[in-house]
Amino acid sequence: MLLEVRDLHTSFFTDEGEVRAVDGVSFVVRRGAVLALVGESGCGKSVTAYSILRLIQEPGRILSGQVILHPRDGPPVDILALPAKSERLYEIRGGHIAMVFQEPMSALSPVHTIGSQIMEAIVLHRPVTKDRAWQIAVEMLARVGIPNACVRMRQYPHELSGGMRQRVGIAMALVCHPQLLIADEPTTAVDVTIQAQIMILLKQLQRELGLGVLLITHDLGVVGQMAHDVAVMYLGRIVEMGDVRTIMKTPRHPYTMGLLRSLPGLNLGSRRLPSIRGSVPPLSRLPRGCAFHPRCPHARAGVCDSGLPPALRPVRDAHFVACARVDEIPAEVRS
Amino acid sequence: MSDRTAVPQDAGAHDPPGRASRPLLRVERLCKFFPIFSRGFFRRQVGVIRACNDVSFELMPGQTLGLVGESGSGKTTTARAILRAIRPTSGHVWFDVDGRIIDLATVSDRQLKPLRQRMQMIFQDPISSLNPRMTVAQIVGEPLRIHRLASGSELDERVVEMLEKVGIRAELRNRYPHAFSGGQRQRIGIARALIMRPSLVVCDEPVSALDMSVQAQVINLLSDLQDELGLTYIFIAHDLGVVRHICDRVAVMYAGRIVELADTDELFESPKHPYTKALLSAVPHPDPDIPMKFDLAGEVADLGNLPGGCAFHPRCPNCHDRCRIDRPELLPSGSRLVACHLHRAAQSRADHEPTPAAGAG
Repeated sequence: MLLEVRDLHTSFFTDEGEVRAVDGVSFVVRRGAVLALVGESGCGKSVTAYSILRLIQEPGRILSGQVILHPRDGPPVDILALPAKSERLYEIRGGHIAMVFQEPMSALSPVHTIGSQIMEAIVLHRPVTKDRAWQIAVEMLARVGIPNACVRMRQYPHELSGGMRQRVGIAMALVCHPQLLIADEPTTAVDVTIQAQIMILLKQLQRELGLGVLLITHDLGVVGQMAHDVAVMYLGRIVEMGDVRTIMKTPRHPYTMGLLRSLPGLNLGSRRLPSIRGSVPPLSRLPRGCAFHPRCPHARAGVCDSGLPPALRPVRDAHFVACARVDEIPAEVRS
Repeated sequence: MSDRTAVPQDAGAHDPPGRASRPLLRVERLCKFFPIFSRGFFRRQVGVIRACNDVSFELMPGQTLGLVGESGSGKTTTARAILRAIRPTSGHVWFDVDGRIIDLATVSDRQLKPLRQRMQMIFQDPISSLNPRMTVAQIVGEPLRIHRLASGSELDERVVEMLEKVGIRAELRNRYPHAFSGGQRQRIGIARALIMRPSLVVCDEPVSALDMSVQAQVINLLSDLQDELGLTYIFIAHDLGVVRHICDRVAVMYAGRIVELADTDELFESPKHPYTKALLSAVPHPDPDIPMKFDLAGEVADLGNLPGGCAFHPRCPNCHDRCRIDRPELLPSGSRLVACHLHRAAQSRADHEPTPAAGAG
């Protein structure tokens, strides 16, 4: 076990009232494994990631929960219990846990060279000289597949292509030997060919370095190829969780089933795609009961549309589903 | 294609009414080049970006042609040059307007204006393509007002009818775009494009900005409307799953040129151009037991500084000497078109083999 998130609640306090972006989320990232947090916009997957690093800003607030990191050397630490500007928190952020962002251009400073930005991260977290930091940075750039690393070190982000920038972002995240990498939609802003290159690189580094990865994505293809474990989120809660084969081949939550069924390109033969009706409602107008019930083909009045949202319950070993009617809904086997 | 270049600009008078077998659109050697100027006072032209380079294809009425390729491959430029949103550098765009064949590439601006009703565009981002200060009724009705085709209660009736077709409740028409979700905004964008009853619609990444559960709905809507209104689509998308689902034929573009053009099933089942193969292998499958077999290094060619010979050769896994010098033409191969020396060589070898199966493709 590398990271445990227990009953995390993060809300945003807006003029319209409290918006529960993350509403009781629990999961585990195993050491050396990839957990994909999947969902559509507004499901709280990014807020969950930012909460883990304590990067939530006003009007947002982490209300409760625990985020327990189990470092390789030393006792477990609850990141949420650390004082806001403590040394230990800075050590964890960037040191033990690093992040790769969707748009590397916005994560990189436009007025500093690639080299100075990577070296800054090294010097901040590791007791090394500048010369050694330069060396480490060049080695890491070469490792993430950037040719002529020495030349690139002196260039600015705008001189690099989108794919190269994302590689720089990955190099920067990895220079301090983190145990956990949080990757927030790392391939969403690039072409499918560059996406494939980045995925292959991430997978290779993950294996070689024994990294735990929390992969945030909306792309089920990326999930299928990258993840070991999957948690599907809908409107601030995890609705289904399990290992990747279970989720992709025998999903049990109607939302997961609907998403997989509606993927174009796999539905050959029929002109119409089986789609999920309606659209994701805003978090400020959360439906009562199960938040998915207005869109669910299996919803039943009196069961799904009132009371508290259904809890995540085990349906099999390590397969959890949050659906009141899970036992009555026929399972679907996807090959 | 030389046998077809002799079509007179106005062939309408000679043509019999059986039009269904004739293409709605025939693009012929279409080019759009952008000059690159030097910095400073004189701004000399120092180069040229060949964003759309010698593109030719035909599109039958009611069909959907997909344009795929990486960003910077010229898909959007090609589409915009076809619609005369930008003026093509050279080439022809023969467009069938009720039996009259008109060259959109050379027609005057004055003649072009009424033709604009016949061709419309659906954009990627439903937020930036709708004016936030206009109500939905104003947005959807604006094309009719501009072309003075309807006003007053007739305008309102047509707006209501169109909104219902795209699945927006008519009583919401006096609201502003911000009151709608992304999927609904895209429906509004579709209503605006279709209210003119165009025959040709360019859909430029129409679902890539939408949530995945909404994508399928909008794809279904586009196919339903195509059947109902007899629309012809040019469909630009980077999501190859979407393309496979909705397109009849697909043109793969690389560095401003079409490198392969084939029926959708044929293309996806047996891609011939090495770039098409690479592109298809890059699509990650949700089933973890169908692993990705992607092996393509490098990035898209720089349109301002294209490599000699085949533009794909620096990335091609099977590049030969000839590929570095001699640019391959887009030539027929069975029912498809491929621009690749290697494919041509392999095919001619297959043609000369005595086995009857080999020559079938």
